[in-house]
Amino acid sequence: MERRLKPGEEHAGFRVLDLMHEGGMALLYRVCRAEGGEPLVMKLPRLGFGDHPACYVGFETETMLLARLTGPHVPRLVARGETGEGPYLVIELIDGPELSDFFRRAPLPAYEAARLMLPVAEAVHDLHRQDVIHFDLKPANVRFRADGTAVLLDFGLARHGRLPDLAGEEFDRPLGTGAYIAPEQVLGLRSDPRSDLFALGVMLYELATGVLPFGMPTTPSGFRRRLWTDPLPPRRRRPDLPEWYQQITLRCLETEAANRYATAAQLAYDLAHPEQVAIDERGRRLERIGLAARLARWLRLQRAPPRPAAAPSEHLASAPHVLVALDTGAGEALGAALREAVARIVQARPDCLVTCITVFEPSALTQQEDGEEIARGMMTERFMALRHWARPLGLPDARLRYHVLEGTDAAARIAGYAAARHVDHIVIGARGSGSLRRFIGSVSARVAAEAPCTVTVVRPEAHREPPAGATKP
Amino acid sequence: MRIALLSDIHSNLEALQACLAHARRQGAERFGFLGDLVGYGADPCACLDLVIDLVDRGAAAVMGNHDEAALGGLCAEMNIPARDAIYWTRRQLAERHREFLARLPLTASVDGTLLVHASADAPAAWTYVSNEERAQRSLQATEARLTCAGHVHAQHLYYTSPSGGVREHPPEPGVPIPLTRQRRWLALVGSVGQPRDGNPAACYALLDGAADQIVFHRVPYDHFAAARKVIAAGLPERLALRLAQGH
Repeated sequence: MERRLKPGEEHAGFRVLDLMHEGGMALLYRVCRAEGGEPLVMKLPRLGFGDHPACYVGFETETMLLARLTGPHVPRLVARGETGEGPYLVIELIDGPELSDFFRRAPLPAYEAARLMLPVAEAVHDLHRQDVIHFDLKPANVRFRADGTAVLLDFGLARHGRLPDLAGEEFDRPLGTGAYIAPEQVLGLRSDPRSDLFALGVMLYELATGVLPFGMPTTPSGFRRRLWTDPLPPRRRRPDLPEWYQQITLRCLETEAANRYATAAQLAYDLAHPEQVAIDERGRRLERIGLAARLARWLRLQRAPPRPAAAPSEHLASAPHVLVALDTGAGEALGAALREAVARIVQARPDCLVTCITVFEPSALTQQEDGEEIARGMMTERFMALRHWARPLGLPDARLRYHVLEGTDAAARIAGYAAARHVDHIVIGARGSGSLRRFIGSVSARVAAEAPCTVTVVRPEAHREPPAGATKP
Repeated sequence: MRIALLSDIHSNLEALQACLAHARRQGAERFGFLGDLVGYGADPCACLDLVIDLVDRGAAAVMGNHDEAALGGLCAEMNIPARDAIYWTRRQLAERHREFLARLPLTASVDGTLLVHASADAPAAWTYVSNEERAQRSLQATEARLTCAGHVHAQHLYYTSPSGGVREHPPEPGVPIPLTRQRRWLALVGSVGQPRDGNPAACYALLDGAADQIVFHRVPYDHFAAARKVIAAGLPERLALRLAQGH
């Protein structure tokens, strides 16, 4: 029989404050170091008589992954080890609100729900970037820090794409929580990061409607139903829900992972910019898909079960967020060279997202009385110029985004935007060698130095200067 | 304490030097040689001199089937090029080399890690640990939390499951894998001198005792030079070709 730790007792060099949570798999205690200091969480697996080996493997998996994960979106691992009574884990205490606290107030207005889920999507993207898929995302497994950053908890069912899948290999039944589990997880596939996007879709649906899209099944046949049926469109339950919200939600809830967002970063982008979401039939539909489509899904499933994907980081590499920084006054030659560079990057990557931005410097002109109107006109002009530039790329609307940023320091704005929106690759034009460049310095050089990702600087053929000493043709 | 584990050097001096240099850059403080120091390649004496020197300074080494064959016998179970290489090797070895090979044990233990050339359940039978069932037999034969072996010339990692049975994880070069304390592990570190997985880069593994993790490494080396020496020594041409092809 397992022993409970008492408040005041010392265990593995930590003093117990109180029992925080008694889960099916583990006991969580609030502790601090024996010498005092900030409160922490000690996790002990339930290893007593009759407890399922899952507790043990889940604990082993979580310890292994927390030792590998870094960054603000996971709790910091403080200590791990074993006493005579079994293994223990001490992690950072995240004492901000739990995501499930907000679900008690559901249904929430669309903008509020999107704002709430945006940091969660960003946290999931950071996890995928570190090659880990969570596989048990639900409101109880997300907490927020004081600055609003989301922290993902409970990695007992998670998988690292390059390490042994300890949790997955132990069980024949699907692993996950009935309400949030993705169809491919039901089939026992544990290699697609987009399974986590399905769980985010369930949460988006629940937040806006107050109802779980697939209920809370507990039987294998209940789990399997989501392989071919889709949920009632949320706008059927809440007619005032905007189309963009339904579009985002149903895209996450697609039965086939390939039809969902390619990355959590792309989902985060749409949650941050609802006005830019391209609406298709998914956003407008008020009925479930027809019986014929459901039957087709079912048949496809019988014939070809989904294939396992590559490691999460390899999947992300196939779906980059490419940022093109355009100077709309720089001329046609540079524009064409940039387009060619972008076309080469997105080639064979149908899941990419391309954002075109330009930085608009409010000039002295807009300080005049009718300045605001003039500025608005100039913004529109630039916005249309971006669209005009992108048209020959031939990318579908859903893969293109446009932004006109305001600011006097273009390089800082571009680099800052890339960091905030999880950009993987910036394409930017080199300035010509005019007097202006000598005066203000090169924007592209500063972006290359300050941006958190790969930067390609493009120089059109005509602008290339021959090396010193070479004769011009 | 970081321990570099090198197996199946097979008289390939270029590959051995490249792996030793790589391991030292990675902070290796000790070395473990998992057998088959000689055979196939053109530099048995130079390789043995290097290994003997490291063993004198604390490295561990165990015997492989080619080391045993180099000491005598008919080698009836070997294929023809392998046997030709062994007969050639016997003519090259000096007395000190033969003495060193003859003294090699079948198994050794370094900080609780078992070193063996082939399978731990019958080290002298030179069984190939080529699947989960064979791996289970090797794991059942020892109490050691980690067994390191070679012989199969490819990198594999096997581990026990709490529900019984043994599973395999294909290791990726350069990715540290935590060896959780709840399981027992069997690492096949691949071959330094004659990789057979289609990639000519040399194989070895680095064990980080403090962090309880193992990293499988691939090290590119001048396999053209090693192949030229095989041909110049009059050894079977096929043994030179496979160094470039990696199989």
